Amino acid sequence: MHLLEVKNLHVEVEGKKILNGLELSVGKGAVHAIMGPNGSGKSTLAYVLAGKADYRVTQGEVLLDGDDILGIPPDERAAKGLFLAFQYPFEIPGVASMTFLRTAINAQRRQRGEPELSTPDFLRRVREVAGRLGIDQDMLRRAVNVGFSGGEKKRNEILQMAMLEPRLCVLDETDSGLDIDALKVVAEGVNHLRAAERSFVVITHYQRLLNYIVPDVVHVLSKGRIVKTGGKELALELEATGYAQYRDEAA
Amino acid sequence: MNAEVRPIRTAAETALAVNFAAAKASLPGANGVAALREEAFRRFEAGGLPSRRIEEWKYTDLRALMREAKPLAPLPDAAARRWAAESAALLASIDARRIVFVDGCFVPELSDLSDIEPGLSVRSMASALEAGDTRVLTRIGPISPTADTAMALNTAFMRDGAVIDVAAGVALARPIHLVFVAARKEASAVFTRSLATIGKGARAMLVESHEGSSEQQVNTAMELDVADEAHVDHVKITAAGALHVSTMMAAVGAHSRFNEFLFTAGGAVVRNQIFVRFAGAGTIAGIRGASLLNGNQHADTTLLVDHAAEGCTSRETFKSVLDGESRGVFQGKIIVRPGAQKTDAKMATHALLLSDTAESDNKPELEIFADDVQCGHGATSGALDEDLLFYLRARGIAQPEAEALLIQAFVGEAVEGIEHAGLRDVLMEQVVKWLNART
Repeated sequence: MHLLEVKNLHVEVEGKKILNGLELSVGKGAVHAIMGPNGSGKSTLAYVLAGKADYRVTQGEVLLDGDDILGIPPDERAAKGLFLAFQYPFEIPGVASMTFLRTAINAQRRQRGEPELSTPDFLRRVREVAGRLGIDQDMLRRAVNVGFSGGEKKRNEILQMAMLEPRLCVLDETDSGLDIDALKVVAEGVNHLRAAERSFVVITHYQRLLNYIVPDVVHVLSKGRIVKTGGKELALELEATGYAQYRDEAA
Repeated sequence: MNAEVRPIRTAAETALAVNFAAAKASLPGANGVAALREEAFRRFEAGGLPSRRIEEWKYTDLRALMREAKPLAPLPDAAARRWAAESAALLASIDARRIVFVDGCFVPELSDLSDIEPGLSVRSMASALEAGDTRVLTRIGPISPTADTAMALNTAFMRDGAVIDVAAGVALARPIHLVFVAARKEASAVFTRSLATIGKGARAMLVESHEGSSEQQVNTAMELDVADEAHVDHVKITAAGALHVSTMMAAVGAHSRFNEFLFTAGGAVVRNQIFVRFAGAGTIAGIRGASLLNGNQHADTTLLVDHAAEGCTSRETFKSVLDGESRGVFQGKIIVRPGAQKTDAKMATHALLLSDTAESDNKPELEIFADDVQCGHGATSGALDEDLLFYLRARGIAQPEAEALLIQAFVGEAVEGIEHAGLRDVLMEQVVKWLNART
């Protein structure tokens, strides 16, 4: 069984049709890249998967392990193993990163009927993961993302992802706003998490990220549908030719 | 209609007059205290209970809210004292010198008067009034003079409270915690008056908690006189009361530090008035507060910050979390007197509305009579940020817990301003308790 199956998904935002019969199947352990021009529906797909309000699904299904998740709230989706790395992570004044991480981990564990993580275990894991991502302890004591640079915010997303150990990671334009060094750190963080039981949907406008997170499958999204699917070489092809031909194809 | 015409007395006004006539002979006082009371009551009678037509009471119409004036609470009996001893637990985790008042009366056996450090004096207001202590009497009223009605009533009926003196240069090792416990379950009225005098260069932290039964009408006041170069923190926690009217009048000398914090999480109708006057140059003050209200609670913070000297800095930050049909009121006025150049004052109030039926009223005012100052105010009110809620929920945190986290963060930003870490923790625990009761 595929970990994620998106079937004939139609989505409207404020009465405007954004996704238009999208089909996507992601197997266990696979890394799928979704590329497409601006306005093709990439971020909408990410938000719909995560369960953001204001996105109206008019048709179709989203199955995680065969269960339809469209009817369940975002926190339950997260507990089931879905993680969205935000394109623009939010700042949460007054909530320390540590508190946030710990609350999230234990909330998910409770929902899954697992015992809460002990303080020493939690601290050990945070230190290990933060060290790998070059996030210093001082940053973790500060309020979530407040005063962080673009790169720090993205690294913080990956830190959360590593701590929460999801089974399906959706990365929404994780490369946007990153310089090449930050991009490498983030990509290494992601690659470290690649595992037989963990799948990725990497949404990106540019091929650059895929030099570092090498996908198994590349899809081209245009006007709310997948219009082409290929191997990792498809990304290189897109880099050379641009999206113009797919714009026309979808029309 | 002539505005000068006094409307017919309300039932509460009549009862106050009857209560005053009956009680004045037995209320403590010598050396002109009776005359002071009499004069104050006449002042009250001239205006009566303030209605919404009185600008300062516009959002807290005492005439309408105080339908009855309850009889004065009798002296607490042994059972009341016992109950108070067992129930006053709000700041149990803080190492403080506890001075306990039950139904407005000082209770020495519940208070910690042992090992009073040199330079500290703690007495009961009732005994000072009884003795006609001129040092106390001359300081009642003039510290931060006001024509306020609630103060007039307080002066007329004041029975007990604390008289605290901290000598120049003395730094108190422990906070002084004035514990006001309402033990009497029957509806009654309590009037407390405290006076604290902090000497030059002294350091003191005063905490007040008002807790216990919610049947009482409380009128409490504190006059605080802070000399030059002193450092004073005052924290007041209101957790009970059918009607709780509180006045803080502070005068702060030059080059001092003054931190005020008002925490309100209980009480049906609460009015906290603060009058602060910067009487000397170069003082830095933080005047902050947080209110957590639900049901039909009404809490009003009315603030007057008087920059009467040059080069003082004040930060006023108030946060309110309003659920149910509660109403949060903030009136804040900053006056910069002629000559108070280089004043730096910033006032901010933020209300978080958790329901469609909660109400927040904000009235910030600046009166500036000097030309080289920095003065500003900002006010916001709104619901929890949907994007932040989604971010938390996308990490697995369910809606109620996500809301609780954001509310804690919202209140926490104000509580951060308290220097005493233990007290910050206690207040945040109160926030959590409030949040748990909410869901």
